[in-house]
Order: sequence, then structure tokens, then C-alpha cells
Amino acid sequence: MTAPKSSSARGRYLALLCLLPFAVCFVIFQIAPLAWVAINSLQSEAGWGVANFSKVFASKFYLQALQRSLEISFWSSLFGIVIATLGAYSLRQVDSKLRDFVSAFANMTSNFAGVPLAFAFIILLGFNGALTLLLKQVGLLEDFSIYSKSGLILVYTYFQIPLGVLLLYPAFDALREDWRESAALLGASHWQFWRHIGLPVLAPALLGTFVILLANALGAYATVYALTTGNFNVLPIRIAGLVAGDISLDPNLASALAMVLVGLMTLVTVVHQWLLKRSYHAR
Amino acid sequence: MRADARSGGWYHRAVVYLLFLILLLPLAGTLLYSLATSWSASLLPSGLTFKWYIALWSEPRFLAVFGQSLLVCVGALLLSVVLILPLLFVVHYHFPRLDALMNILILLPFAVPPVVSSVGLLQLYGSGPMAMVGTPWILIGCYFTIALPFMYRAITNNLQAINLRDLMDAAQLLGANTWQAALLVVLPNLRKGLMVALLLSFSFLFGEFVFANLLVGTRYETLQVYLNNMRNSSGHFNSALVISYFAFVLVLTWVANRLNKDKT
Repeated sequence: MTAPKSSSARGRYLALLCLLPFAVCFVIFQIAPLAWVAINSLQSEAGWGVANFSKVFASKFYLQALQRSLEISFWSSLFGIVIATLGAYSLRQVDSKLRDFVSAFANMTSNFAGVPLAFAFIILLGFNGALTLLLKQVGLLEDFSIYSKSGLILVYTYFQIPLGVLLLYPAFDALREDWRESAALLGASHWQFWRHIGLPVLAPALLGTFVILLANALGAYATVYALTTGNFNVLPIRIAGLVAGDISLDPNLASALAMVLVGLMTLVTVVHQWLLKRSYHAR
Repeated sequence: MRADARSGGWYHRAVVYLLFLILLLPLAGTLLYSLATSWSASLLPSGLTFKWYIALWSEPRFLAVFGQSLLVCVGALLLSVVLILPLLFVVHYHFPRLDALMNILILLPFAVPPVVSSVGLLQLYGSGPMAMVGTPWILIGCYFTIALPFMYRAITNNLQAINLRDLMDAAQLLGANTWQAALLVVLPNLRKGLMVALLLSFSFLFGEFVFANLLVGTRYETLQVYLNNMRNSSGHFNSALVISYFAFVLVLTWVANRLNKDKT
């Protein structure tokens, strides 16, 4: 690497100086809050220690929040990725006009999340929603509630689909069309092709997308808050309740819960980075 | 083999249409609801009207929050550009090794959900010398961290495409100093990529709710917080609000897509 001519020591100091405003803002709004949470999760009335964490893991209430968070994230990611995989694969096989239109539409609906999405589902599938009443009239719907766990999984799945399609679409590049022809020539059935070639080649991308969806659902707060006015017990709701609720404020306990969530997210991010390195379309 | 391919073609078209329908259904339902005079327990509403949109767009509180949302998002994007452009230039031109560190740092906004950051932000800046909670300033700062990973990646791809080093060397050979080369040669070449990144960032910042609700709430209401606070008003009115919001974002992403296509 040759140093540019003008890059004297003074130039380099000036360049470093240009980084300063960024560094200051990043520390104020990203590093410092995280550090505060990390430090205070280890503090309670008793002083330093893991008292907050043992409180979290001894409480049925918080364990339920954790379990529900994981359940909703897992199922919505699974449904989301199955639909997105089928969709993304078929998108590549149709003519370009239809493909461009539907992928542009998926791109736009990826912004349709959070509060507006919750409202759309309340209007259609809430207690007095147009679809609910209609489906009840024809007897197709017995006791489904959008405010229940299965309701939340449905809404979460909806916002996972566009994200999944966007992330998976390029991954199918790894699957070359002539491989399928070769496999067919050698006598492999449709099923055998997918079992022995298609899925193994796509596996890192599929898993990578799955963990992104998982992270997306684990951290989601707006949708579940708007849908249930904060009455459904999941981790993000509990954390926010402990710092901004009206009843019991306990920032230290909130920090411990937040660290549990960050731990889960970090695990997911590390797994994703590792899978990214293994995937076929990384050089 | 031929017949197989053709039946396969039908299958793929059907799947794509089904995907489109799934994604469309909640939006189409909300659109219809926002245009309905009343709609209950029937397949279609009993009549169509624009009165909900007229009521919405003549509601002063809505217009105020719409303006406030715009202000916060534009402010956050301005801050991001001012902070990220010099950063990218310095990293890629002077310290290419820092790029590896930056790629780890920009994972932080992903790994730390807004609800977690909010816990620390509320305690740190709730009172004391840096009290910002309840003001739009804290939102501008937080939105910068949300936009950072996306803008950093998008502009990095752009910088690699225009061959930063050659461009700088050529400009300096012709007598420009580093500042002139960066501002007058490199920046105009980044303009289109930057516009696309800004429009797309804007569309997701405009939909941000967690920071807005937890850190500021009604003290400086943004569109998403307003929508949430209107939960008890008429469903038709809310639908008109949701559709207006989505139409706005739709136009932005559409423009961004067009710009993106022109580029190649």
C-alpha cells in the first residue's frame, strides 16, 4: 500500500480529527447506553453481583416472557422462511415483468411493520374485524383471537415474509440451472435433486436468513405493543415496562432482562456471521 | 420433459401470485376500510366515501405530527451524512484497516434492539447535564445509529465502484488538494448512491416507533406515536391514517428504486 503524496503526518492527524464527531455521537447514543445497561445489570440494592439475573431466572413471570418470546420468534421465523423460500424460488422462474413487480412490492411491504401493521390486522381480524365477523358467519372461525399467541405468530409471520424474500432471493444464484439438468440426465428425481444437491447448497443461506428473522422477531416491540397495548408477556414488553411503565420501575432489573435479550441477539449475530463465511456465494 | 416444464411454469406463477396476495391482503383490507362508510359482517362495505381522508388531512394535530416526523427524520439523515461521509472517506482513503473494525461496530445497532438502548438512554439522559429525554434531539441521535449500518454498507459499495484511490490520485495530479478532490470530484460521483441510501433510510426511520414512544412520547409526537395514541378513535379514520402513511413511504421507495435502476 503506497501512502498518498500529501499524506504527511499532519494530514493523517487531520484525517483522524474528521473521525472525532462520528466517534463522539456513536459513543453517546450507542456505546454509553449499552455500557450503562451492562454495568447496572450487575447492581442491585445488595451491591454488586448477579442478584438481578437470579431474580429473572427464579421468576415464573419473566421465564414465561422469555419462553413466549422464543416461541413466537421461532414459529414466525419458521413459517416466514418456508413461505419466503417457496416464493423466492418461484419468483426466479417466472417472466421478468411479473418478477420485477412482485419483488418491488415485497420490497415496499417490508416497511409495513410495527404500529400500522398491527392496526391493519386489528381492523381486519380484531374482535369486530371485518374478516373475523365474515369468517364467523360462515362458521370457519371458532375461537381465534389476534391478541393471542397464535394471533401474534400470524402477524409476525406477515412481517417476516418480505424480509425473507429479500434476503433469500440472491442466495438462489448459488444454485445453477444446469445442475438440475445434469441431475435429471443422471436419473435423479425432483425430490432427490433437492435432497442431495439443492438443499445442501442452500443450507448456509437458509440458516443465515432464519437467524436474521429470529433476531428480527426477538427484538420486535412495536407490533406486539400496538396490538395488545403492552398486555402480552414477551421480553421486550417486560423490559420497557420496567423503565417506562406506571407501576413498578426497576432499571437494574430491566438491565438484567435487557442483557438476556442482548445475549440471545449476540448469539444469533455470531452464528449468522459464521454462516455467512461458509455460504457458497461468499467468495 | 417439455410437458413437465410447462406444468412447472404454472406452479411457479401460482406461487408468485399467492405470495403477492398474502402480502396485499392486509393492505387492501385497510384501504377498503378507509374508503368505506361503514363495513361490518359483509363481504364488501355498504358504501364508499372520501370523508375519512378529508377528516384526517384537515386535522391540525395530524398535520403537526406529520411535520414533526419529517423534521426528526430529515434532521437525523443530515446528521448521518455529516458524520458518515467523512468517516467513510477517511477510512477508505487513509486507514483501510479500520474498515474491519467498522464492520464489527455497525453490527451493534442490530445486536442491541432499541428497547435495550432505551433502558440506558432513559437513565443517562433523563436528567443531569445532558438531559435530552423528551426532546427531538435524542431521537435525531438515536435515528443516526439506526441508519448507520445501512448507510455505511450502501456508500461503501458505491465507493468501491467508483475507485476512490484512482479518482483522488487523478484529481491531485491535476492540481487539486485533498479537500477539493474529496468535495468536487468524489462527492458528485457518489450523489446518486447517496440519494438512494437516504430515501430508503428515510422510509424506515419514518416508521420507527420504539425510541419515539419510550424516549419522547407525547412531548414531541411523531406519526407512529400519534397513530398508537389514536387507537380508540374510529377504525375508518385510523385506516385512512395507515394508508396515507404507507402511500407516502411507497412513493419514496418507488423513487429510490427508479434512481437505483438508472444508475446501472
